[in-house]
Amino acid sequence: MCGIIGLHLRDPALHPVLGRLLDDMLGGVAERGPDSVGIAVYGDEERTPPGHAAVSVLRAPGDLAATVGGLLPGAPAVCAQAAGDTTVLTAPVAVDALVAAVSAAAPDALVVGSGTDLVVYKGAGHPRDLARTYGLRDVTGWQGLAHTRMATESAINPEGCHPYSVGADQCLVHNGSFSNHATVRRELQRRGTAFDSENDSEVGARFVAACLAEGDDLEKALLRLGETFDGFYTLLVTTADGFAVVRDEIACKPAVIAEHPRWVAMASEFRALADLPGIDEARIFEPDPGRVYTWQR
Amino acid sequence: MAALSRAEAEARETATSTAHTVTVDLATATVRSLNAELHRPTATSYEVLHPHGAHSIAAGVHDEIDVHVRGHAGYFCAGMNQLAHVVVDGSAGNGVAENMMSGTVRVRGDASQSAGATGRGGLLVVEGSASMRCGISMKGIDIVVGGSVGPMSAFMAQAGRMVVCGDAGDGLGDSIYEARLYVRGSVGALGADCVEKEMRDEHRAELAELLAAAGFEHGDQQLREFRRYGSARGLYHFTSEHSGTY
Repeated sequence: MCGIIGLHLRDPALHPVLGRLLDDMLGGVAERGPDSVGIAVYGDEERTPPGHAAVSVLRAPGDLAATVGGLLPGAPAVCAQAAGDTTVLTAPVAVDALVAAVSAAAPDALVVGSGTDLVVYKGAGHPRDLARTYGLRDVTGWQGLAHTRMATESAINPEGCHPYSVGADQCLVHNGSFSNHATVRRELQRRGTAFDSENDSEVGARFVAACLAEGDDLEKALLRLGETFDGFYTLLVTTADGFAVVRDEIACKPAVIAEHPRWVAMASEFRALADLPGIDEARIFEPDPGRVYTWQR
Repeated sequence: MAALSRAEAEARETATSTAHTVTVDLATATVRSLNAELHRPTATSYEVLHPHGAHSIAAGVHDEIDVHVRGHAGYFCAGMNQLAHVVVDGSAGNGVAENMMSGTVRVRGDASQSAGATGRGGLLVVEGSASMRCGISMKGIDIVVGGSVGPMSAFMAQAGRMVVCGDAGDGLGDSIYEARLYVRGSVGALGADCVEKEMRDEHRAELAELLAAAGFEHGDQQLREFRRYGSARGLYHFTSEHSGTY
C-alpha cells in the first residue's frame, strides 16, 4: 500500500506552520504504511542554517561530529542532532565536502540525505510515534513531504524507508513497485552508480538523479522514467525549487492533488488533505495517468 | 447539464424523510459504530456529520433508509448497498457504490476511481465528474455522471447502463459485454471491441428515463447530443486472430 503526503507552500505566511500542516496530513495516511515513516523538509533554518550544508545519516557513531570536524579544512564547528535512527550534521562547508567527510569518518554509516536546504529523517516504527521523534510539528519551511511504508520489495528497516534522497536537495517517494528495477539497477551500475539498498524505489531515485545531472528538467526526467521502468507507481519528487507528481499509465496507485493560491498539496487520499487551510476553495483533482505535474518555487 | 439545485434537492428530501432523523457525528463516533447502527436501523433517516474522508461510510446497508453524508467520503462509501438511498454532499473516494445491488447513491461532488465497480443494480448518480475505471465490470447497475469520466471506464462492463453528460477518457468500454453506454461529449480512443452504435428511438427513450431518474435535464435538445456505444461482440470468444488486439 504505502502513503504519500507532500506540501509546497506558496504563501510565506504559512512557512512557520509547515510542520503542523504536515503532521495533520500524516495522520491521514498512517494506516496506509504503519511500518516506517520518513520525512523531508525544505527551508527549516533551525535545522539547515543558511550558509550551511546538512547531511542526514543512519548508523552514525556518537562522536561523528567531532571526527568529521577534524577532517574538514579549517576544522569548522560541526553540529549534530539525533532524532531516532537519523542524525543530522550541519557545517558551514560545501555539501560535497561534508558528505565526503562523513563517509571518511564513518564508513559504516549511511548518508540518506544532503543539501543546503533539505533535512531528511528515516526510521522504522509507527508514523505517529516517529513524527514525535522527528519533532515534525515544530518544523518550519517552504516545502515538505512524508512517506508511510508498507514494505513489499525489501526489508523493514530505516534503510528501506523513503524518501530516497540521492542528489543534493532531491527527494523521491514512491507508492507502488517497479518490476524491472534489477535490470535498470544493473544498467546504472555499469555506468558507475553505487546503490545503498536492494529497494526498488532507490533505483527510481538514482535514475531521476542521473537524468537531472544530465541536464533534464523534472518533467523530462520523469517522462524518461516512464519510458524505462515497468511497474506501478505514484511518485512525488522534490528538488531545491521543484515539486512534481507522476503516476504510471495504468494509474492503480492513488493520488489526489489540491491546488490553492497559498499552497499545492498531494496525498494518497483526500482525508490527508481535509484539514489544510482553505481546502474548500482548493481545486482538487486526481492526476491523469502518465502525465507529469510540476510546480516551481 | 444542471443537476437538481440545492433547494430542489433539499425540498425533495424534506418531502421524503420522516420527522425522525438520527444524526451521527464522525468527529466523535466511529465509522464502525455508525455502520452497526445502519445495518440494524432504528430509524429511517440518518445524517452523518464530519465524514472527513473516512472510509466505508454506509457500506453494506440493506434496508430502505435515507443516509445523508454531509461532507467528503473516503473509499467504498455505500459499497454493497441494497435498498438504501445515500447522498454524499461532497466528493467520494475510490469505489463509491461498488457492488451495489439496489437503491440509489448520489454524489454531489466528484467521485474517485472505480465508481460503481461491479455494481449489480440500483442507480449511482455522480453530479460532478468520475475518475478512471468508472463502472468497471458493471453487472446491471445504472450510472449517470453529470460531468466526465476518466480513462478505462466501463472496462469489461457486462450489463447495465452508463450515461456520461461530459467526456469519456481513453479506453472506454474495453472488452465490453452487453452494457449500454451513452456519452454526450467527446470520447478518447475506444477500448478493444467497443464501437459506436446507432441511436434509435428506444435508446433515446432509455436515455431520457435515466436522465430523469438522476434529476438531470432531458429535453430533446439534450438527447440529440448523446451518442451510443456498445460491444462489437468480436471478443466474446478468444481466437488467435485477436491475439494482437489485447
